[in-house]
Amino acid sequence: MPAPSILQPGAKAPDFALKVTPDQKLALADFRGKPVVLAFYPADWSPVCSDQMSVYSEIIDEFRDHGAQLLGVSCDGVWCHLAFARERKLNFPLLSDFEPKGQVARSYGCYEAAEGISGRALFVVDAAGTITWSYLAPIGVNPGADGILSALEALRCEASAPRSQPQQGARP
Amino acid sequence: MSTLKPPLGPRDHLRGELSRPIHLVEFGDYECPFCGQAQIVVRALERALGDQLCFGFRNFPIVGAHPNAQIAAEAAEAAGAQGEFWAMHDLLYDNQHALDVPHLGRYAEQLGLDMHRFVDDLQAHRHLEKIRSDRHSGAISGVAGTPTFFINGIRHEGPFDFDSLLAAMTLAARFPRAG
Repeated sequence: MPAPSILQPGAKAPDFALKVTPDQKLALADFRGKPVVLAFYPADWSPVCSDQMSVYSEIIDEFRDHGAQLLGVSCDGVWCHLAFARERKLNFPLLSDFEPKGQVARSYGCYEAAEGISGRALFVVDAAGTITWSYLAPIGVNPGADGILSALEALRCEASAPRSQPQQGARP
Repeated sequence: MSTLKPPLGPRDHLRGELSRPIHLVEFGDYECPFCGQAQIVVRALERALGDQLCFGFRNFPIVGAHPNAQIAAEAAEAAGAQGEFWAMHDLLYDNQHALDVPHLGRYAEQLGLDMHRFVDDLQAHRHLEKIRSDRHSGAISGVAGTPTFFINGIRHEGPFDFDSLLAAMTLAARFPRAG
């Protein structure tokens, strides 16, 4: 399977504004100042995606404890997202990368053109809008949240570390 | 690779001693039908592996899908506080269709629990912290739905039928246990 090359740590997270409801859009820039977790996934209702999103919803406090905002993104339409979120009782926004189809997934390097879906890619974006961690799961594999939470933990450690220049005699 | 954090230990509900060479940990939800199936598979694996296997269970109720999963987990913990965790665990999986509070009370009576204490534990949500702690463990370990299994500390990626789990555990037993 030729894996698309997803954006890597250090890259600027491409901005976007996508519909979350029929008349409301969310932009990445709306969350500037806090970490954002982008969870791209192939399709509402598919078994693996349903499990993945249900688990994230169940452990939403783990993301909130890091001050992070979780956003799910797929190429499904907004009405489909609404029905899926209601049925699974999801407690975070699902963004619709529907028109132009997959444009945002393409900009993050995770669009699967042959299938017309987004790959199952995860990105952690820091408060300044830079990607600090990314991961593309094999299409049928649910990655869970351990990688995301480690990346958020690393961000927190970095934020609380002293900002001063390394000094002589300082421990590495 | 997703690994179990923290490793299986004395604070977990265990069937078998921690010193055994194979550790199988399940993150499960009492109202999840796949966990119900897995329960039967786990029992069969225990029979097949005998004193090679130590099985541990951690709670991961998916409340969005299963409205009674969390209170059922609390009931299992409340029974555990009276030394009857596994008996309640089995009853809950045998009765997955009936996990509301009145039924939970009946199972507790059936096990001869101190009912005053059991009811009080549920009403005060006295064991919720244990469930939250299990859920946190699941989150940082890469639980990907229920059930999720860890074999000797490493997340099992394949299906959870008898043959797949037995093959994975047999392979894991050839190497020293990581944690």
